Amino acid sequence: MAFSLSATAQDSAKSGGMPSVNVKALDGSVVSTDKINNDGKPLIVSFWATWCKPCINELSIISEVYADWQKETGVKIVLISIDDARTMSSVAPFLNGKSWDYEAYLDPNGDFKRAMNVNMVPHTFLLNGKGEVVNQHTSFAPGDEDKLFEKVKKTAAGQPLN
Amino acid sequence: MNYFRKLTLLAIAAIASSYAEAQINLPFEIHGNFQLDTQYYLEDSTIGAPVVPEKVLSNGFGNLTFTRGNFGAGVRYESYLNPLLGFDTRYKGSGITYRYVTYSVNDLEITLGNFYDQFGSGLIFRSYEERGLGIDNAMDGIRLKYNPWKGIYLKGFIGEQRSYFDKGPGIVRGIDGEVALTEAITSIPDWKTKIMLGGSAVSKYQNSNNPIYNIPENVLSFATRLAVNRGNYGFYAEHAYKYNDPSLVNSTADNPSGIYKEGQALYLNGSYSKKGIGVSLSAKYIDNMNFRSDRDATGNDLNLSYLPATTKQQTYRLATLYPYATQPNGEVGFQGELFYNFKQGSTLGGKSGTYIALNYSRANGLDTTNLNNELGYESTFFGMGDRKYFEEVNVEFQKKLSKDFKLTITGIYTLYDKGIIQGLGASYGIIYAYIGIAEIQYKINKTNSVRVELQHLSTKQDKQDWAMALIEYSISPNWFFAAFDEYNYGNNDSGKRIHYPNFSLGFTKGANRIALGYGKQREGLLCVGGVCRYVPASNGFSLAVTSSF
Repeated sequence: MAFSLSATAQDSAKSGGMPSVNVKALDGSVVSTDKINNDGKPLIVSFWATWCKPCINELSIISEVYADWQKETGVKIVLISIDDARTMSSVAPFLNGKSWDYEAYLDPNGDFKRAMNVNMVPHTFLLNGKGEVVNQHTSFAPGDEDKLFEKVKKTAAGQPLN
Repeated sequence: MNYFRKLTLLAIAAIASSYAEAQINLPFEIHGNFQLDTQYYLEDSTIGAPVVPEKVLSNGFGNLTFTRGNFGAGVRYESYLNPLLGFDTRYKGSGITYRYVTYSVNDLEITLGNFYDQFGSGLIFRSYEERGLGIDNAMDGIRLKYNPWKGIYLKGFIGEQRSYFDKGPGIVRGIDGEVALTEAITSIPDWKTKIMLGGSAVSKYQNSNNPIYNIPENVLSFATRLAVNRGNYGFYAEHAYKYNDPSLVNSTADNPSGIYKEGQALYLNGSYSKKGIGVSLSAKYIDNMNFRSDRDATGNDLNLSYLPATTKQQTYRLATLYPYATQPNGEVGFQGELFYNFKQGSTLGGKSGTYIALNYSRANGLDTTNLNNELGYESTFFGMGDRKYFEEVNVEFQKKLSKDFKLTITGIYTLYDKGIIQGLGASYGIIYAYIGIAEIQYKINKTNSVRVELQHLSTKQDKQDWAMALIEYSISPNWFFAAFDEYNYGNNDSGKRIHYPNFSLGFTKGANRIALGYGKQREGLLCVGGVCRYVPASNGFSLAVTSSF
């Protein structure tokens, strides 16, 4: 069934690209996830929540080196908060309180989380300049950020990861 | 039919995996995820763990999604053989619980089958999954989404709601519209103020054969919302109204089929934030807003409305001992939060900056007057009753002591009306708890790091004092080991001064994670998001596997 239907679909899918789902920007406007990109440079999409300790640890550690990462590779980090109506309104104050410089979106009912098959947070995707997912990782331990940056550098240079 | 569906799924999966192995380009994208939680239970009467005749219990699920261009389809298989302790036994069994096809063309999106959605913040409709709590009230039916004009979003659906491996008896219909004025009115190009207006209506139908009372078979609710954002400021308001909806959860001795009072809810939030500071203030009023697709449902079953607690979501172990749960029949709540970063080089910031987070939250009962009629009671709008259900002051202070050394200190004061919150009766008594937590993170080198938590909870009520210590050691990128012990050392009953030790070992590679554990679990409320589930005490070994591709 899926095969016959898929044959009639209009556009051909970008291989490994992000699905198109509506998320909300912090100012309340609706953004389609297929519009999230980084002009041909590597993109990190990180699922997190204000109540997720390892997520906050990961984002704190990366925030200290983010400016260097950007300078060296042009990488952009986009945060997808899975905070629901309970904690959603705290996301913008929380991010500002932390003085972080990440682009951030809200996914309060898990639509994008489901579309990306994320089981739990933190879950981080690395996309290449064509918008294809080249790597994904769940959980965080200090030191993981160095491994991620190695992958970002390879991706920025157009090299395969394996 | 069920058997046929299983076969179809297996066939699709088999064909898809053979394509993938053969490195042939699929005509569509296929992705999925998987999770398995298995526990081997030991008998332990000292902590009150129930005997598990099966010895081993297991929850598992797997999702597959297929996409190509504007077309998407997905299925989920779930298996509970038998459900883990604390999950509703009605989950017992296996099968396909979720399947859908969706496509969009010219800004119209059509979904057939299962879907999740929410209107606004969910006061009158939220269909969602919280697998860790066993909550899944997915809709099964038809949903349309239409974006006829830039900044205008319309949604409508009709469906039935999932209840374990079955569906609830009610039919639910809903429509929702949202207008982003700034985007929709393009003649004014550079609005600094962003304004969004939204409105929705949800109605449910369930037949009634009640011989005594005239029970409304159709119940309508509606909600309106407004969001205004300008620069560093944000404001959000949402109001919901529900027509009379007598049900089991608002029944009283005088009105055994439920009261006929209308329901109302109001949620307000204002925030201010710029780099280095964030402030958020919320207020919430809930009056008789239990709204379910089955008037006989209780607990977390068949909820249409989502009324989360306006209190801080706790993550430290002992701070989860007394979690607040919203009282959908009536409460007034407030919450204020401050996040502040003292800059590097300032007096309090020091060399590497200092971060503080403050949270104050409170919930009271309503100001009501009982009526001796079918309405049950009357209430003053936003009137705060005398009875305080919950109050919390939470102060968090975080400092980097050196490049590799981080310290977090947390202090919490909690007032907890356990009788009301856990439904144990109004005379159960109030618990006053004081919690102190120190957390230290130390990065030994590029791959090794250690984290230690020391926690203490002091209270004269309930089970008295607790202490907890945790150590977690991780080796990036693959391994982690953790051990913690919770100790109810201050229990007035010396026979109940019990240790609850836990050990776990985990391996992560990419999006795969495997964790093994052994531990004693105390009984209590497990809360995720705004919703809680009672978890009985247990002792045993656990295996958890998660994967996505």
